[in-house]
Order: sequence, then C-alpha cells, then structure tokens
Amino acid sequence: MSSNNLDQLYRQVIMDHYKNPRNKGSIEDGALTIDMNNPTCGDRIHLTLQVEDGVVQNAKFDGEGCSISMSSASMMTQAIKGKKVEEALQLSTIFSDMMLGKEYDDSIDLGDIEALNGVSKFPARIKCATLAWKAMEKGVSEEQK
Amino acid sequence: MLSKEIRSHFPILNQEINGYPLVYLDSGATSQKPVQVIEAIKKYYEFENSNVHRGVHTLGNRATESYEGAREKVRKFINARSTQEVIFTRGTTTSLNTVAQSYGRANVKEGDEIVITHMEHHSNIIPWQQLAKETGATLKYIDLEEDGTLSLDQVRSTITDKTKIVSIVYVSNVLGTMNPIKEITQIAHEHGAIMVVDGAQAAPHLKLDVQNLDCDFLAFSGHKMCGPTGIGVLYGKKELLEVMEPIEFGGEMIDFVGLYESTWKELPWKFEGGTPIIAGAIGLAAAIDFLEEIGLDEIEKHEHELAALAMEKMSTIEGLSIYGPVDPSKRAGIVTFNLNDVHPHDVATVLDMNGIAVRAGHHCAQPLMKWLQCTATARASFYLYNTEEDIDRLVAGLRTAKEYFNDVF
Repeated sequence: MSSNNLDQLYRQVIMDHYKNPRNKGSIEDGALTIDMNNPTCGDRIHLTLQVEDGVVQNAKFDGEGCSISMSSASMMTQAIKGKKVEEALQLSTIFSDMMLGKEYDDSIDLGDIEALNGVSKFPARIKCATLAWKAMEKGVSEEQK
Repeated sequence: MLSKEIRSHFPILNQEINGYPLVYLDSGATSQKPVQVIEAIKKYYEFENSNVHRGVHTLGNRATESYEGAREKVRKFINARSTQEVIFTRGTTTSLNTVAQSYGRANVKEGDEIVITHMEHHSNIIPWQQLAKETGATLKYIDLEEDGTLSLDQVRSTITDKTKIVSIVYVSNVLGTMNPIKEITQIAHEHGAIMVVDGAQAAPHLKLDVQNLDCDFLAFSGHKMCGPTGIGVLYGKKELLEVMEPIEFGGEMIDFVGLYESTWKELPWKFEGGTPIIAGAIGLAAAIDFLEEIGLDEIEKHEHELAALAMEKMSTIEGLSIYGPVDPSKRAGIVTFNLNDVHPHDVATVLDMNGIAVRAGHHCAQPLMKWLQCTATARASFYLYNTEEDIDRLVAGLRTAKEYFNDVF
C-alpha cells in the first residue's frame, strides 16, 4: 500500500483543519456573500467576508466537500483575516502558482497553507483546493468595484 | 461468471496504475474498448475512409456500405422494425434533446405535463425543464420508493390525461435500479402520452427489444457499450419520426435546396445533417458484434453475479452504506456507496493510489443526490471484463481507506 504517497496529499495539518475547521459559519450583517460550486463534483462553499477600509476584518465559510476543499477553505479564512485586500489577493496568486506546480514567491510565510503543496501532484484534486480561494477572489473583486 | 479470457481483448486493462495492476470499475461512465472495435476503426481509416452517400467512386461506396451496414446492425440489436427508425447521433444527450426539441416543441403546449423521475441523469432532466419553460407545460416527478425503485402505483398516480411525454431511465446510473419500462409504457399509452426511454446504462448490459417494450423513443450511447465516444442512437417509431421536423439543417439531410425553400431527405437521413459520424458508427457495429458473440443475456447474468458479490463483500466493512435496491436481482452491475464520514473524493483518491478506478461525485444526478440526502457518493460499476478478484481488490482498497482516515481522525 502506498500510504507514503497518500501522506504526501493528506498531511496531518490538513486533516486537523478538516476535522476542526476554523472560521466555520456565516457572518450575519453587512458581509459580502459568495456562493460557489464545483459543478464537476458537487462541492459547495458559502463564504462571507467583512471588508472594512481595505482590510479583511472577518471571514467565515460553510459548505460541503472533501477533506481537501474544506481544509483549504479553513486555511484560507485563517490566512486572510486581518490582511489587506491586496495581501489576500497576493496570497491567492501564490496559492494558485503552488497548485499549478509553478515556482512561487516564498518570501511570504504561508503557515498551514504550505501543507497543501502536495495537492499539485494530484491533478484531479486541484479544483478541490482552489474552490475557496476562487470564492474569496470573486468576493473581493466585487467589493473593489 | 464469464471467462476471464475476455480481459485479453481489452489492451488498456493490461497496465499498472500507481504501481498496481489496473482495476477498472468506472464502466458506468465509459466502458473500455476491445481490440475488435479499435481494429474496425483503424481498418475504416486505412481502407475505406471517404464521405458517404455522395461519391461515385469505390471508396465512397465502401464507406456508405459500412455506415449503412452499421445501421442495420443496430436495428437488429434493438429489434426495430426498419432501419428508417435508427438515427445516428452524438450520444444519448443529443438523442434526448432531439426528441425534446423536435417532438416536444410540436406537441407540448401550456397546461400539458411532462413526467420524469427523481432518478434521472441530468441529460434526461434538463431537456424537459427547458421544454416545460418554453411551452408553459408542467414538469412532474414520479416519487421513488425507499429502496430506490419505482412502484407502478406511483407511476399511475403521476401520469394523467394531461401528460404528453413520459421520459424514464431504463437502468439508473446511480442506483443500478432496472425500471419496469414495458409496464410504464403501457400506462403512458393508456393516457395518450408517448414514452421516451433513456437507455444509456441499459444498452451495454441487457437485451433491448423496442417492439416488445413498445416505447416510442429510445436513446443510447456507443461508448458505454464497448464502442467509441461520439456515436449514439435515437430509435423512434417511424410514424412519429416521419412527421417530426429536423433540428439540424445543412448538408446530407436535404432532398432539394432552393433559394428560399428546401425539402428534406426521407428517414432516417433527414435527422443526420452534416457529414455523419462514420467511423463511430462502424466502431459501434463492431462493439455490437463483440457483445452479441458473448451474449447479452450472459453479460447481464455476469453483472448480476458481480453486483451480488460486491454487495455481500462490501457489507462486511463497518460504516459502509450502499444505496439503491437491496435485492441484487433488481439492479444492474452498479454499486453506489459511502464510507462513514470519509468524503467520496477522498475514498476515490485512496483507491486510485491502489490502482482502482471508481467514480466519485454527483454522477450527473444532482436531484437524485438530494433525494438520497447526500451531496456526493462513490460508485463502482462493473462490466463484462470485471472479475471476482477486482471486487476483492476494491474491498481491500476500501479497508485501507477506512483505516487511513480512521488513523488521521
């Protein structure tokens, strides 16, 4: 059994976020709301963001999906809270590069997100990991309009 | 069970995936192709390739003979009365859309009803949703029984004299349920409705007989029955097809073209606008030869046995739930399941790392997922080349997945 290969995908920190998701739920008042699906597999995310003065004050998510998509959503909300919108978008770009197996900017500490690095070796699962980030980008770009 | 020798006809099965011999359990999505089909397509391109129904030259004749020969093969395969009733399409989806757009637009009006079920594939839902929206008709769903079967009482109470079209899947791609199409057709006809059958999962696995079923339309795809992708069939009763308008216009389907008016060829060609799917039809004919040599009854029996065995062995895994009919004789070789809290994508990834291919997701049946109260499931689907060892590998893979995720949690 190739559990080493599996460990490359399912790192401990991913499983921790899956089992104990951070920022699970929904922000009620005055929040940006983004709903996104992954139509090929049925994964679903409901993301709410509180953006004030160009800073993501709060972020929460709800949804259904596999360990990769839900842990990625948990990590994403954790990472962008308190960050400026530009910084959040910059993280998103770095994350996208990481998923595509490209060289990415390693001058910024990615924290838990780094653990999703292995996903790039599982092409069928990349869309799971990027769903929450796509939702965040969509929400933030609507806010900037 | 069928002989394991059958596997030797499928070159693709003879390979390793992630270091393990491939176990292919996703035939419900698309089947693998035997060397006979691959060779038939190769032979066509190497010796016969030409456009059909136009050339005076020899190659044109060869291609036309092969293409129309394929149509006759399909006619016999489904026991249609005439080749005029056999239209080649791109697949089940195109076939069903053709019925909805041609027959549907001409015959359905405001206040009418279209009846489908909760176990339909998206391709047998959306064409009718669109038709209902366009015409003001009502789309109605027949409720399922708790075990994922249809009861004729529910069928009777849903179909009314306002019903114009009943469109139902023969074999469910998720539950494996085999529906009583002949009986439902009779009920539809009693109310003056036509019966459309989605045969995508039926054609590969059981003997089809459109005269016995008495259905008005039957749609199926080549690629799920050992044939190539891009070819499918729409069977329709001649008297209906004759009065229906084509939905694609262009070359090949015309009788005479004037500046402002044109007329259509006779059946079946008026529904085959443009250069047809010649190589696809020839590949499909080779697939039919292959399946018939083994025998559809034998294939059906083989799958029932595999489904029964899989259900028995999978049930020994604690926390594994199987959806659909409990009685294996009521289902085709499709076993859809979930493993505790482990998401089906994660199950499928673990299985893939062990060389086992299964489907995970909503299986293009989101309304059915809602009915099952889950967002996704995993599915193992069997075909003539699968063996008892494949099931053992699946069960071992599932145990690995369970242990792996139990460890992490």
